[in-house]
Amino acid sequence: MNNFEFSRATDVADAVRQIAADPGATFVAGGTNLIDLIKEGVTKPSRLIDITRLQLNRIENTSDGGLRIGALVPNSDLAYHPEIDKRFPLLASAILAGASPQLRNMATTGGNLLQRTRCFYFYDTTTPCNKREPGSGCSAVDGLNRMQAILGASEHCIATHPSDMCVALAALEARVLVAGRNGERSIAFADFHRLPGDTPQIDTNLNKDEIITAVELPPNGFPKNYSYLKIRDRLSYAFALVSVAAALEIENGVIRQARLALGGVAHKPWRDREAEAQLSGAPATRESFARAAETVLREARGFGDNDFKIDLARRATARALSQAANGTPQSQIDKRVR
Amino acid sequence: MTKSSMARKESKKLPTPAKMTITLHVNGVAKTLHLAPWTTLLDALRIHIGLTGTKKGCDHGQCGACTVLVDGRRINACLTLAVMKDGAQITTIEGLAKDGALHPVQQAFIDHDAFQCGYCTPGQICSAVGLIGEARAHSAEEIRELMSGNICRCGAYPNIVTAIEQVMSREPVSRPKESA
Repeated sequence: MNNFEFSRATDVADAVRQIAADPGATFVAGGTNLIDLIKEGVTKPSRLIDITRLQLNRIENTSDGGLRIGALVPNSDLAYHPEIDKRFPLLASAILAGASPQLRNMATTGGNLLQRTRCFYFYDTTTPCNKREPGSGCSAVDGLNRMQAILGASEHCIATHPSDMCVALAALEARVLVAGRNGERSIAFADFHRLPGDTPQIDTNLNKDEIITAVELPPNGFPKNYSYLKIRDRLSYAFALVSVAAALEIENGVIRQARLALGGVAHKPWRDREAEAQLSGAPATRESFARAAETVLREARGFGDNDFKIDLARRATARALSQAANGTPQSQIDKRVR
Repeated sequence: MTKSSMARKESKKLPTPAKMTITLHVNGVAKTLHLAPWTTLLDALRIHIGLTGTKKGCDHGQCGACTVLVDGRRINACLTLAVMKDGAQITTIEGLAKDGALHPVQQAFIDHDAFQCGYCTPGQICSAVGLIGEARAHSAEEIRELMSGNICRCGAYPNIVTAIEQVMSREPVSRPKESA
């Protein structure tokens, strides 16, 4: 690891003050991705600011009936929290689909949003990568691109966002609360992560001097009809080739409201409002789900090795919607897809 | 060399390694250490304290060989900075046996031949102790899923699961409903 200075932040204001004072500094909490990136020489911070002692580890009800999740709540505590289990089971399921118990014990809510892509070339400092070294080129476009994006990619970057949790948060229309030198603001989840465009080095719309303090869930967690379906190379402890968060409200066989977001397919959790609108008012049938799946993948493009993901994503979308409609969400223990 | 990487090399003055003084409570014993901030908990345990039971496998959080318990929770010591755990209670494989008697999980691993080369075993056992404490696994299927962070290249998985089942069948566990 490179040499870095280390300091502890005492509260949010102190954290913001410290990050603003050192342009090369970065916050550290769970460290599950950041420490690895430093070891690999991908990230070279001048200073780590330890935020683990800030009081951001509570899960509280909001006045509108939703939940506010402190940025430092560990992934495992969040997944097993009784209110999440009962009211937001889609989120619990997505979290438990990712990483390992050890990593979930360490990784935090805020950190999960800020993890970097696991693109091989981003990690391999001997190869060009526009995300790691802007302007150096993208090795993945003509390289090994089995894991890479099929939606929203650019010629500059075809990396994917690796999170499972964020796919559920996108579908649930969470908001990200942040604090910075100019005060606090709330960012809609869809606006938090970015598509690569010609600035793939910038993953999110969080400013350099800002810190995530909480993630807010609106009241509707779609607890009755939901599913998080993750397809990967191993049955456990592997990043998604494709994942789907599906949530429905159904009345008398008719879909009243639909939410649909995909993971493993783009530079950000891929929520498709057009497909959602198409489902709304449609009968909860396989035909409706197949049509929505066609819509989600309408602009998909493969790069060779990952061409198979287009059909995989289409089928996984239709399947996840069926699981949600049937009230039989994908188990994260028994991985058989039914 | 690109312009930006040259700029980084020129501007990058490595800071003087300012060591920090911290205390780790390892297996019930307070250890005061003077460490560079980039020392992982794994290296602090192995190199600075001399407890080499915790293994360095991949050093990237992918294999689980470095699993230890910090304040009762299983974590990967390779992805944790020691200075961030100042004041924490840490249990390693060396701290599981009590008064000369093996921990039930250690005994079960012997009873069921749950290892071959043994390199992953300290991590497997610490992870299993964490798993049992969490009380989320109640079947072989759930044990397999919740032990997925520990890789065994010898492939002793069936016996590892059996060993954990043996311990769980003897320890009363509450049964919260499956949240998946």
